[in-house]
Amino acid sequence: MSELAIETVGLVKVFGDNRAVDGIDLAVPAGTVYGVLGPNGAGKTTAVRMLATLLRPDGGEARVFGHDVRREPDAVRQRVALTGQYASVDEDLSGAENLTLLARLLGHRKPTARTRAADLLAAFGLTDAADRLVKNYSGGMRRRLDIAASIIRTPDVLFLDEPTTGLDPRSRNQVWDIVRIIVAQGTTVLLTTQYLDEADQLASRIAVIDRGKVIAEGTPGQLKASVGAGAVHVRLRDASQRHEALTVLRTVLGGNVQPDPDPVALTAQLSGEDSDRVAAEQASRALAELAAAGITVDNFALGQPTLDEVFLALTDKEVAA
Amino acid sequence: MTTTIDTTSTYTPAAESLNAVLAAGDQPSRPSAWSASVAFGWRALLKIKHVPEQMFDVTAFPIMMTLMFTYLFGGALAGSVTEYLQYLLPGIMVTSVVMITMYTGVGLKTDIDKGVFDRFRTLPIWRPAALVGAIFGDVLRYVTAGTVILAVGLVLGFRPGGGVDGVLLGMALLVVFSFAFSWVWTMFGLLLRTEKSVMGVSMLVLFPLTFLSNVFVEPDTMPGWLRVFTEINPITHLVAACRGLMSGTPDTGEITWVLVSSAVLIAIFGTLTMRLYNRK
Repeated sequence: MSELAIETVGLVKVFGDNRAVDGIDLAVPAGTVYGVLGPNGAGKTTAVRMLATLLRPDGGEARVFGHDVRREPDAVRQRVALTGQYASVDEDLSGAENLTLLARLLGHRKPTARTRAADLLAAFGLTDAADRLVKNYSGGMRRRLDIAASIIRTPDVLFLDEPTTGLDPRSRNQVWDIVRIIVAQGTTVLLTTQYLDEADQLASRIAVIDRGKVIAEGTPGQLKASVGAGAVHVRLRDASQRHEALTVLRTVLGGNVQPDPDPVALTAQLSGEDSDRVAAEQASRALAELAAAGITVDNFALGQPTLDEVFLALTDKEVAA
Repeated sequence: MTTTIDTTSTYTPAAESLNAVLAAGDQPSRPSAWSASVAFGWRALLKIKHVPEQMFDVTAFPIMMTLMFTYLFGGALAGSVTEYLQYLLPGIMVTSVVMITMYTGVGLKTDIDKGVFDRFRTLPIWRPAALVGAIFGDVLRYVTAGTVILAVGLVLGFRPGGGVDGVLLGMALLVVFSFAFSWVWTMFGLLLRTEKSVMGVSMLVLFPLTFLSNVFVEPDTMPGWLRVFTEINPITHLVAACRGLMSGTPDTGEITWVLVSSAVLIAIFGTLTMRLYNRK
């Protein structure tokens, strides 16, 4: 196992009677993107705030490159940067002023701070907006400025707390591209998100968090496999053929086929292993069998398991265990 | 009129330029406590530059106070407006500037509730720098208010016996005390939940402190219990010290009292503020 960038053991944070973080163990290898996936209120942000030295843990241990967040907060601050859920930039200053200020706070003299700010603005496509107040930036620009601010000094660990929440698809893709480039240069990224899709795109390992606890951990493939390989959604032309279609699909794909509320639609869960190829094979076989049985299919979709499905499956398991 | 601009549609993250800025991302040496505080002071100045209207309360309010009280009490208390002004002006300057210190608490409250303070608190810098810098910015406001009152006073007939040196020293002493007193409000700013409650507490403290003092009248005519209060009231000592300096009869005892109480205020409320700031 390579060096650990972040390690927590039994991390706890309590607000009143709410155990926001209730014994989280994480081991994040250096140089990777680690996804922390969970719904609102699961404790993701609280966990990140403890790791970034913004909150003191009430129990357990947390280390960033071996430095304890409680005992050596300054050593941790030397290595981390945080891009928060709510943009951590100053709305009342311009983009250039924001970056210049932070560069000065990191020890640059004023002229070099200005140059650093200008270089970063250029790399993030913000040169034209450099002298505009940040309150007039779009959501995507603000998020880019926020990430630029986090790499004024290239951090060893970058915390991205829901970096794409509320962004349009184009801005979201830009953030993803930026994250990939930053990680390729050796920075470890801890990413919190509500979207399985996002964790899947970026993270090499994912921890699923619910009510302050890690309920599953693994590669994106392992997590998806734990709830099946996905689902085939079929829409028929004729509702009267649905019963027959159900029988065909059950034979081809195994037991788990359900009619949808829509009278022409049905959904079949795939039981494949963790490979998408297997899922695609099963799906194409199902389609061929339906055609052979003379059933007209209007629409056919192979869906990845959604966070809802992963999440419900995992929490069900918890209850059962 | 400002418009939203968006460069999102034309931007494609390019590996070369991002790699170049990442490669140049070594941290220079850690900044000193002083230079970090100065950087935050620069931030405060930039905010004033972008929203100059916020200087309204340090110009209009002091002018109003000076005119109001000079003409309200001048005739009744000292026989003539000009005569009363010689007594009142240092006091009204102290009152206005000390009242303005409460905006430090309110301003800090709104500032800290924004996400940017999360970033400041994850930087490896001297912890109080963000707050010290914010108060540096406020010192500019205190100096502005003091200067405005002095100008109005001179126009109305204030002729300080201490000359330029005496007046400048008096104002300097006032600014030192106000800097120290600001930490009371930063503490409340961090302690209380809403901006309104910070405002409410500020009023509750500032009104008795400024009015139950020697600002408007000598305490000799007050009932005994009130005199006791005015004598322990730090504003009384500050006004006495400023008056002494400006009239050319400096009172070393009062000046020392002000400097010592400033140090005590910073020691107590600065420490409490930092404890709250670190815990937030």
